[in-house]
Amino acid sequence: MKLSLRIWRQPDADTKGRMVSYEIDEISEDASFLEMLDMLNERLISDGADPVAFDHDCREGICGACSLVIDGQAHGPQAATTTCQLHMRKFKDGDTIDVEPWRAGAFPVVKDLVVDRSAFDRIIQAGGYISAPTGTAPDAHAVPIPKQDADAAFSAAACIGCGACVAACPNGSGMLFMAAKVAHLGLTPQGQPERHTRVLGMVAEHDASGFGGCTNTGECSAACPKEIGLDVIGQLNRDFRRAAVRAA
Amino acid sequence: MSMDFYREGEAIADTKAPSGPISERWEQRRFSGRLVNPANRRKLRVIVVGTGLAGASAAATLGELGYRVANYCFQDSARRAHSIAAQGGINAAKNYRNDGDSVHRLFYDTVKGGDFRSRESNVHRLAEVSTEIIDQCVAQGVPFAREYGGLLDNRSFGGAQVSRTFYARGQTGQQLLLGAYQALQRQVAAGTVDLHTRHEMLELIIADGKARGIVVRDLVTGEVSTEIADAVVLATGGYGNVFFLSTNAKGCNVTASWRAHRKGAYFANPCYTQIHPTCIPQSGEHQSKLTLMSESLRNDGRVWVPKVGGDERAPADIPEDERDYYLERRYPAFGNLVPRDIASRAAKVVCDEGRGVGPGGLGVYLDFADAIGRLGKDAVQAKYGNLFDMYERITGENPYERPMRIYPAVHYTMGGLWVDYDLSSNIPGLFVTGEANFSDHGANRLGASALMQGLSDGYFVLPNTISDYLADGPFEKLDEDHEAVVAARKEVDDRVEFFLRNNGDRTVDSFHRELGKIMWEYCGMERSDEGLRKAIGLIRDLKAEFYKRVKVTGHAEQLNQELEKAGRVADFFELGELMCIDALHRTESCGGHFRAESQTEEGEAKRDDEHFSYVAAWEFGGEEPVLHKEALEFEYVKPTQRSYK
Repeated sequence: MKLSLRIWRQPDADTKGRMVSYEIDEISEDASFLEMLDMLNERLISDGADPVAFDHDCREGICGACSLVIDGQAHGPQAATTTCQLHMRKFKDGDTIDVEPWRAGAFPVVKDLVVDRSAFDRIIQAGGYISAPTGTAPDAHAVPIPKQDADAAFSAAACIGCGACVAACPNGSGMLFMAAKVAHLGLTPQGQPERHTRVLGMVAEHDASGFGGCTNTGECSAACPKEIGLDVIGQLNRDFRRAAVRAA
Repeated sequence: MSMDFYREGEAIADTKAPSGPISERWEQRRFSGRLVNPANRRKLRVIVVGTGLAGASAAATLGELGYRVANYCFQDSARRAHSIAAQGGINAAKNYRNDGDSVHRLFYDTVKGGDFRSRESNVHRLAEVSTEIIDQCVAQGVPFAREYGGLLDNRSFGGAQVSRTFYARGQTGQQLLLGAYQALQRQVAAGTVDLHTRHEMLELIIADGKARGIVVRDLVTGEVSTEIADAVVLATGGYGNVFFLSTNAKGCNVTASWRAHRKGAYFANPCYTQIHPTCIPQSGEHQSKLTLMSESLRNDGRVWVPKVGGDERAPADIPEDERDYYLERRYPAFGNLVPRDIASRAAKVVCDEGRGVGPGGLGVYLDFADAIGRLGKDAVQAKYGNLFDMYERITGENPYERPMRIYPAVHYTMGGLWVDYDLSSNIPGLFVTGEANFSDHGANRLGASALMQGLSDGYFVLPNTISDYLADGPFEKLDEDHEAVVAARKEVDDRVEFFLRNNGDRTVDSFHRELGKIMWEYCGMERSDEGLRKAIGLIRDLKAEFYKRVKVTGHAEQLNQELEKAGRVADFFELGELMCIDALHRTESCGGHFRAESQTEEGEAKRDDEHFSYVAAWEFGGEEPVLHKEALEFEYVKPTQRSYK
């Protein structure tokens, strides 16, 4: 395949970036999108140019490191698929492809396509856990959990923290990420004692980190590679209102 | 004594394991170890490198105990450590199924599965602690699979005769890691853990014979700095990426372990690597990593290749009597469910005969046609739907209609830094946990045991054993201008400068790919005396060329991913050489390590207990490493030859 790429280049957080065009040829349609970028980088290095920086690690869709807005879509055109699992057979020979970083106020660009997502860690620090110091646990069978609750908790917990929801949201909101964790922990009996302090702490940190409010457009869920449903945001809103009333 | 490529040094006399009945040893060690008063823990600083299962669990637990912890990872978030990718499950001797499981049975299975090359004391402790891990994770909210009655579900995994594997769909590693990550973030918020993401450890600082700190590079700004502490814990994972293509994440590397090894820490059994039989084959030269398909697929899939090489027909057009279901033929008792090492080697044999399928002839069919015919497509989809979808995303082929193509790939490394019963390396103050150490899996790791070991080390073992060492602290204050600190920093600065100044013309990846091919060809599934000697020569030549011709663009004071890779690949060269020397010296077949000269008449692996019932712990010696043997004794599980016929 022969492709034209337009890639966001930005040397560091303080320097203005721009789209730069590259032509690339002899790409196998069996290559993944990131392998295509690897090949571009091999060529750039050989030419003595600075390779394109992008985050990636497991390349099997679970670590959440890879990002990229491809032709305007977070993680590209294939549903329920991270960029690392997207393959070139989804594109046509001769295509022009735009490649940009996540764009959101709370995710400043570090370099090229790499952004700083540490705000997500701060949201978890603000309450996205169950306080269970090592060694204090009762037997695992002490508290049964109905299968449907355990399954629903798992579905919410499947979030990989990639940030596609934020990149897809017109308001740069981190609600889907935060709500997935609130729902996961709120669906387990172990998560009940801290249920209210958790949601208040996490929402406060979410807002302080510069994420926008929810727009109800649902782009977040459509872009989510793990297909986290919008229902978790409803759960978050209910928990938040209840907690806010109690705290008042 | 000087041998082929190595010297032999003194044997290791003491692993610090208590004696007495095996079921009482861990209790005895916890009682004999000294404790640190809670008020004094605040005065002690511990560095933990790595945030995977073994690192995050250790950092969180040490923080909870009141130590001041500094935790480092190279990823942009602690949650992305590669433990996240483990699919299958975690073993624990809960005996919730009343099917005859017990701590002793898990201990027995793990020693046997490791082909009698692990330590009985360590493995027994692992089996004991396994049950506490499940309790701990449930308390954290880990959403394990459950039955309709609300109790935890279990499955049999990796050929075990009991159902002792706990799981969370095909994402058990992810859910366990998020539990540990959340516990860690709670400690970050509490102020007991300083977490540094996008920082890579590049050197170990040893002063007065003790591990006292590390040198790190901030991967965003390029700033090199030091962290001084009373003890250092390495939880930096395995080294499968020495093969370039493996199921590991791209960032996985040996640098932290290797830097410690160069400073005196022994590296044990480096040649023990696990090759997983069910991975998606390489599709071309562009391939950057290999993807594992859960081995649960072998429960219903049938493995076959055409009887005759060069058969170009589509699989559906090859009639039954022209197919060779070689696992069922060779191992009628276990069939498609033989252990990982046996399935992997059998695939290599048929591909070496020219009967492999797909690009380059490096693949075998895993066929679900019978299962679909017997159970219906819906039932197969319910069981394996997500795996089939993943296969189709990667290959563009529909496995409901055409058999999957699979091939073995490097998955896990049983070798690692040598540790004693306390998880201490031979350098006082340097502890090693999880895949980074060598201790519990012997020559072959069983399925669902890696997660168990990582969490056992981090939650329960290390926090108990490290206090005995820290009871002597806080140690003498170490200033930035101490000669050991200055020297370690300079080593890092010099290496960074070397790569950036080197006027080369070849990319880091081109060298890494070539090294990987040598390792896979000669130190992969099957090794021979001739091949390993050849590999050592090839690696030495390639390493020399690497230092002459490697090209790294950009500068030091920025995010520079090529610079990161260059340092890691430089260390892989040295490790690869040691792996080949270790493999060369061990002239037996054992576990995942098949030696061509050591096989039975039927072509099966032949272990040599008389000569090799020991741990090979290597001391760094440049081109002539020094071998220290730790004899293995089996009081409870008598070594037998494994048979799956």
